[in-house]
Amino acid sequence: MADAGSYGDGTSNLPLAETKNEVKKPKKKKVLLMGKSGSGKSSMRSIIFSNYIARDTRRLGATIDIDLSHVKFLGNLTLNLWDCGGQEAFMENYLSQQRVHVFSNVGVLIYVFDIESRDVDRDLATYVSILSALLQYSPQARIYILIHKMDLVAPSLREAVYDERVRIVRQKTVEYANSIGYSAADQGAGAADPSGSVVLLEPLSASATTGGSGSSGSGSGVGAAAAATSASTPSSPLEITPFATSIWDQSLYKAWASIIHDLVPNLAAIERNLANLGVAIEAEELLLFERTSFLAVSSWTSEEGQRNPTEDRLERISNIMKHFKQSISRFTGTPRNAEQFVRMEHKAGSRFNLFILKFTTNTYLMVVLPPGEARFNAAMLNCQIAIEHFKFLDGPVTTAAPAHGVGG
Amino acid sequence: MSIFSRLRRSLSSPSQADDGAGAGISIDYALNIRGESPAKLTLQRVFEQSRQVVRNNKDATTPPEAPARPTTKGRPRLLLMGQRRSGKSSISSVVFHKLPPNETLFLESTARIQKDSMASFMDFQVWDFPGQIDIFENPNYDMDAIFGEIGALIWVIDAQDDYLEAVTRLNTTILHLQRSYPNINIEVFIHKVDGLSDDYKLDIQRDITIRIQDELSDHGFENAPVTFHLTSIYNHSIFEAFSKVIQKLIPQLGTLEAMLTNLCRTCRFEKAYLFDVLSKIYIATDSAAADMASYEICSDYIDVIIDITEVYGSWPRSDAQRRRIEGEPWNAKVDDQVACPWAESCMVLHDAGRPIMLREVDRYLALVAIMKEDSYDRMPLVNMNVEAVVQGLTEFFDITKPRK
Ligand SMILES: Nc1nc2c(ncn2[C@@H]2O[C@H](COP(=O)(O)OP(=O)(O)OP(=O)(O)O)[C@@H](O)[C@H]2O)c(=O)[nH]1
Ligand SMILES: Nc1nc2c(ncn2[C@@H]2O[C@H](COP(=O)(O)OP(=O)(O)O)[C@@H](O)[C@H]2O)c(=O)[nH]1
Ligand SMILES: [Mg+2]
Ligand SMILES: [Mg+2]
Repeated sequence: MADAGSYGDGTSNLPLAETKNEVKKPKKKKVLLMGKSGSGKSSMRSIIFSNYIARDTRRLGATIDIDLSHVKFLGNLTLNLWDCGGQEAFMENYLSQQRVHVFSNVGVLIYVFDIESRDVDRDLATYVSILSALLQYSPQARIYILIHKMDLVAPSLREAVYDERVRIVRQKTVEYANSIGYSAADQGAGAADPSGSVVLLEPLSASATTGGSGSSGSGSGVGAAAAATSASTPSSPLEITPFATSIWDQSLYKAWASIIHDLVPNLAAIERNLANLGVAIEAEELLLFERTSFLAVSSWTSEEGQRNPTEDRLERISNIMKHFKQSISRFTGTPRNAEQFVRMEHKAGSRFNLFILKFTTNTYLMVVLPPGEARFNAAMLNCQIAIEHFKFLDGPVTTAAPAHGVGG
Repeated sequence: MSIFSRLRRSLSSPSQADDGAGAGISIDYALNIRGESPAKLTLQRVFEQSRQVVRNNKDATTPPEAPARPTTKGRPRLLLMGQRRSGKSSISSVVFHKLPPNETLFLESTARIQKDSMASFMDFQVWDFPGQIDIFENPNYDMDAIFGEIGALIWVIDAQDDYLEAVTRLNTTILHLQRSYPNINIEVFIHKVDGLSDDYKLDIQRDITIRIQDELSDHGFENAPVTFHLTSIYNHSIFEAFSKVIQKLIPQLGTLEAMLTNLCRTCRFEKAYLFDVLSKIYIATDSAAADMASYEICSDYIDVIIDITEVYGSWPRSDAQRRRIEGEPWNAKVDDQVACPWAESCMVLHDAGRPIMLREVDRYLALVAIMKEDSYDRMPLVNMNVEAVVQGLTEFFDITKPRK
C-alpha cells in the first residue's frame, strides 16, 4: 500500500518492469528471503511455491545474486519474493551498492539460520548487518526468524537446541535495537499505514517441536499465531517471530502459512463467510487452502472440533496433500504445479467424514463432518452453492466481475 | 474399528527381545461388527466366478501356487542379514515401523538379533541380525532354531560401498543353506541405490549376479532359489521388493489374483492392489502388467488416509455432539446414518477425471484401485461390486488363515 511511496528513491532502483507493476498493483508485498549460503532458502521456496519434494532440493545450486519471483497467491495477493543468494560476496553487495534497492519497501524479512552452522557468531554478525539495513530503509517490516534444518538435531534435543538459538538471536536483536535507540514510535511512515505497521507478535508463539515423529505437541495453530498480529503498541521493542523448520516435515508449512496469513487481504470477510458456511452444514472444521502451495489461508472450527487434540493439523494437512499432489504429478506426468485433483471424499465409517473440493479458481475447501451419508451429500451440495460467496478471492478487490465458467 | 485409526506413522520403539514374542507392532485391533450385506448374492456369484477362473485357467495366466509350508505354524520368518551398516535395521524400521527414511541416520548399531512379530493378515516375524556376526562359525547359534521355520532370507548389500566381502559372505551362506535347508528363498537386496544412475544400478546387479551364480555352479548348484532386487528406503522400491518376497509365501496367491482380475473387468478398473495397510506391502494384484507408478500412487493414497485419520479419526467425540447429530432433522442413530462401517474413499484426478478408490477390507487389508476416466458418476455401482469382492476376500482369508 502506502509503503511503495514512502521512500522516494525506492522504486527508482527497481528494474523497469518492476516499477510498472508496482504502480499498477499496490498490493504486491516485497518479501526478502535471506541467510547464509546453504542455509536452505531456495529449498524452502521451491517446496512451498514450486512443489518440489524435499529430496529434489539436493540438486539446487547456490543462488547467484537475487532470484526474483512473483508468486500469485490469491487473486488479490501477489508476493514479490526476493531469494537472496547468501554467499559472502553477494551479502556484502546487498549491504553496500544495492542497499537501497534491496532494503526499501520491504514488507517481510525472512531470515534463515542453519542449525548445523559451525560459526554461529559470524552468522549473527551478518544478521545484525542485515537488520541494520532493514531498519534503515524499511523499519516497519515484519521479521521472521527460521531456525532451519531441525531434522538434523536428534528429536530429544530439538526443543532445547531451538530455544537456545532463539534466545541468542533475540538477544542480538534487542542489543542492536537498543544501540540505535530503536523504538516503534519512531516510525512515522509505518504508523500511518495499517497494513505496514509494526506488529507485535507473541514471543515464542511458535512451537519448537518439528514433529517428524508424529509426537509434536505444538503451540498455537496458524490462526492463533496470526490473531496476535493485529495489535501494535506505540513504544514496543523490536519484535521477531521465530519458527523451528525443516523441509522434511510439516514445520515448514506452519512457518510459511503464518507468514502468508498475515499478508492476506479481506481476512475478516473470508473468516465470516467460512463461519456461516460451517454452521450451516454442521461441519466440524473447514480449511481453505491456496491451490498451488496448499498453504492454509484461513480456517473455521466448531466448538466440538476445537476439542481435537491435534493442534498442528493445518500444516499437517498441507504437508499430506502436497506430498500426494507430487505423487499424482509423478503418476500422470503432469507438471508439478498443475492442478492435480478435482475432489476427494473420505468416509471413515461412524467416526467422521471429510471431503476436499476444488473451490474457487485459487482455492480448495476441505470440510470435516460428523458421520452420516445424508449429511455428507447435503454438505457437498451446499459447498458448491457457497462458491459464489467466495468469488472475491479470485479477483483484485476492485474488480467486480469474477472469472466465469470455472469448470472444475 | 478401522485399522486406519490405529496407525501411527512413527517408530514404536522395537524391543530387543530374545523370544521374539509380542515385540514391535502387535496392535490389538478391536473387532468390527459387520452387518448383513445387501450385496451378498452378488458376492457369491463373483466369488464362484473367481474360483472358476482359477479352475479353468490352469495355463499360463495362473501362476504356480506356492506349496503351503507346514513347518511355519503360519508364522513365516524373514531374516535380514548382511554386512554392518548395509541398511538392515533401516529397512526394518522404515517398512515395519514407519520410521521416516531420513531419521534412520539416528539408528544405532544392532548388538543382538532383533525380533519383531507382525500381526497382519499373515502373522510373520522379522529378524534383524547384527552385521558382523558369522552365524555359521559361532557355536552359540542354533541353526535349526534360526532356519527351521524360515520363509525367506533377505541378504542386504550396500551398493554405495565396496561389496566384494558382502558377496563372499553371501556365497558362503547360500552354500550352507543349499546343503541343509534347500527350500529357503534367498532374496538379495542390492540396497541404497538411490542416487545411482540406472546404468550403474544394472551394472552392479549384473556383476553381483554373475559372482554368485559362478560360485554356485562351481559347487554344483544350478537352480538355487536366489532372486535380486534393487532397493532404497528413500522410495517405494523397498516396499515393492518386500511385496514380491511376501507374495511367494502366500498359499493360493492365484485365487486372490483371479478375484482382483475379475473385479477389474467388472468395474473397468485399470489396476487393483490388495494392500497390507500396516506395511504397505501389496499381497496381490490383478493380472494387468504391474508397474511401479500405479503401485506408488496407490501406496501413497494409503498414506494420505492414514495421516488424515490420525488427525481427525483418533479422538472421541463428545456425547453432546452425538446427541446433536442424532437429533433434528436427522432423527436416527449414527450407525443407521452410515452406509458402510469400513473406511471408503475416493479421489478424482484432474488428469482425465480418473478416480482412485480405496476400501478397507478387514483389520489388516485394504483394496486400492485406479479407475478408468470419468467414472466418478458410477461410484455407487462400483461400490456395490467392490463390496461383493470384499466379502469374497474376507471368506478367502477365513479359509486360508492357518489355525494356531
Ligand atoms: N537436512 C536438511 N537439509 C536441508 C534442509 N533445507 C535445505 N537443506 C539442504 O541444504 C542444501 C542447500 O540448500 P539451498 O536451498 O540451496 O541453500 P540456499 O540458502 O538457497 O543457499 P544460497 O542460494 O547459496 O544462499 C540443499 O542440499 C538442501 O537439500 C532441511 O531442512 N534439512
Ligand atoms: N542413501 C541411503 N542410505 C541408507 C539406505 N538405507 C539405510 N541407509 C543408511 O545406512 C546407514 C546404516 O544403516 P543401518 O540400518 O544401521 O545398518 P545395519 O547395520 O545393516 O542395520 C544409516 O545411516 C542409514 O541412514 C538407503 O536406502 N539409501
Ligand atoms: Mg539459494
Ligand atoms: Mg542394524
